[in-house]
Amino acid sequence: MACIEARGLRKAFGSTIALDGLDLRVDEGRILGIIGPNGAGKSTALNAILGLTQYQGELNVLGRDPWTERDQLMRDVAFIADVAVLPRWIRVRQVVDYLAGVHPRFDRAKAEGFLAKTNIKRSSKVRELSKGMVTQLHLALVMAIDARLLVLDEPTIGLDILYRKQFYDTLLNDYFDRSRTIVVTTHQVEEIQDVLTDLTFIDRGRIVLGCSMEDFESRYAEVMVRPENVAAARALRPMRERQLFGRSILLFDHADREQLAALGDVRTPSIADLFVAVMGQTEGAAQ
Amino acid sequence: MNEPVTQPFLWSLRRELWENRSIYIAPAIVAAILLFGFVISMGRLPAQMIAAADLGPAGERAMLARPYANAAYLMAVIAFIVGAFYCLDALHGERRDRSILFWKSLPVSDRTIVLAKASVPLVVLPLIIFAVILAIQLIMLLLSSVALLGNSQGLITLWAQLPLIKMPLALVYALIAIALWHAPIYGWFLLVSGWAKRAAFLWAILPLMTIFFFETIAFRTSHFARLLSYRLFGWFTQAFAEQARDSFAGDPLKALDPLKFIATPGLWIGLLFAAAFIAGAVRLRRSRDGI
Repeated sequence: MACIEARGLRKAFGSTIALDGLDLRVDEGRILGIIGPNGAGKSTALNAILGLTQYQGELNVLGRDPWTERDQLMRDVAFIADVAVLPRWIRVRQVVDYLAGVHPRFDRAKAEGFLAKTNIKRSSKVRELSKGMVTQLHLALVMAIDARLLVLDEPTIGLDILYRKQFYDTLLNDYFDRSRTIVVTTHQVEEIQDVLTDLTFIDRGRIVLGCSMEDFESRYAEVMVRPENVAAARALRPMRERQLFGRSILLFDHADREQLAALGDVRTPSIADLFVAVMGQTEGAAQ
Repeated sequence: MNEPVTQPFLWSLRRELWENRSIYIAPAIVAAILLFGFVISMGRLPAQMIAAADLGPAGERAMLARPYANAAYLMAVIAFIVGAFYCLDALHGERRDRSILFWKSLPVSDRTIVLAKASVPLVVLPLIIFAVILAIQLIMLLLSSVALLGNSQGLITLWAQLPLIKMPLALVYALIAIALWHAPIYGWFLLVSGWAKRAAFLWAILPLMTIFFFETIAFRTSHFARLLSYRLFGWFTQAFAEQARDSFAGDPLKALDPLKFIATPGLWIGLLFAAAFIAGAVRLRRSRDGI
């Protein structure tokens, strides 16, 4: 069943087109990563999904129209924008009380349990917590909500490595159970490569690539080509070629793995490398 | 699934009090200063009691009741100032610090949030101010009694002449009348707060100033200024009988004129404007992208 279904989603801010006919389908139980350069429309797309911004086109999230039914939709959707959005004046105890008071799917005992694993004091104000602790707090609150869709917009921005690693570990171990859906945007692509089940690249308000991680692993291959094979490798029409320590690394789409293995060491590319390759191609096409 | 009962409105209202502690701290501080002034003035009390005795019963009552009424006026003014500044920041602050993204991630409608915010100046502040005024007046009465301990005649006069039951009743009426009369002002401030990208105070005041100056220069009239002044102070002439100031001290209930008040078109027109402004603020909170 589709958790999110968007067809021909459009949104313009004045003369700037943020979403240019975006089509997106996310099935339940998936973990989708939306990757794109700054200004590609990632946040606008998430805002539309969350009912925070108006749009043209068709959009259906968990069977609802987000713009007209935001408050109802939010019973089943949880959202972390980035570390800055928890109000700085609120105390930990107060924010837990508030959620317990307004959210029918919030489990106070669960939140207390997650918080007990941290050093966060109940009487602290958010402004007194470190950035990492604020994220821990927000994550504890969100994981205590029995939501069907969790949206994360740059959730680990500004965090140090320890907290970043912990963030996704906690999410996968204590929250994700294959009936929930997670949508995440981030620039730290390397840290979510093993987390995702699906991948979408977005550029200039459109989807430029969308595939499952299984497809990603079977479709794309990166070869560190031995010097004598470079010409033969180039003849196979790589998506992109780069140099590393004097060796050529070529990225292929839909190439025969055995054929590639004869040319050098074959491995699955990182999402970041594929992203650069795909963006390079669309740049070329645009010029 | 059996879902727990949630009370989004009440919790959103409580949330406002957590964030804006000035709602009760500011009146409490002013009350403390006021009482301190009253303590200093008490040195003159015995002499005043003697002077008051010469004024006849009505004059005596008026003179005794005046400090109590003045304390109530002052606190009502404080409530207005606190309420106005609260409204100007209510919808602007959450966009400024982007915490609106957190609030909007919860299943609470924009209408619930805005109504909770609107009920702070319209319901919560009048309640708080009522309690504060009552406390001030009670403390003033006790302090005066202590100061007059050696003067049994003065003590009897004080307790006999002050309208101890009627004064709070009149106060309840006055605070309700003021809140209803000022509702469009609070509504306007909420609307501007939901709209302005910055400097909500300027955006709330400047258009009014512009109209005022334009009218003065273009037509040499001051209808708009009179309209504003009516909106600020009109509750006094519309909700109370004429010569209210005098009867306040004597029989405060005689000063009230609820029939005249509800027959005043200005009351209902103001409430219509308040409803429109608040509805506009709900729409703005829903549709505003970013700050």
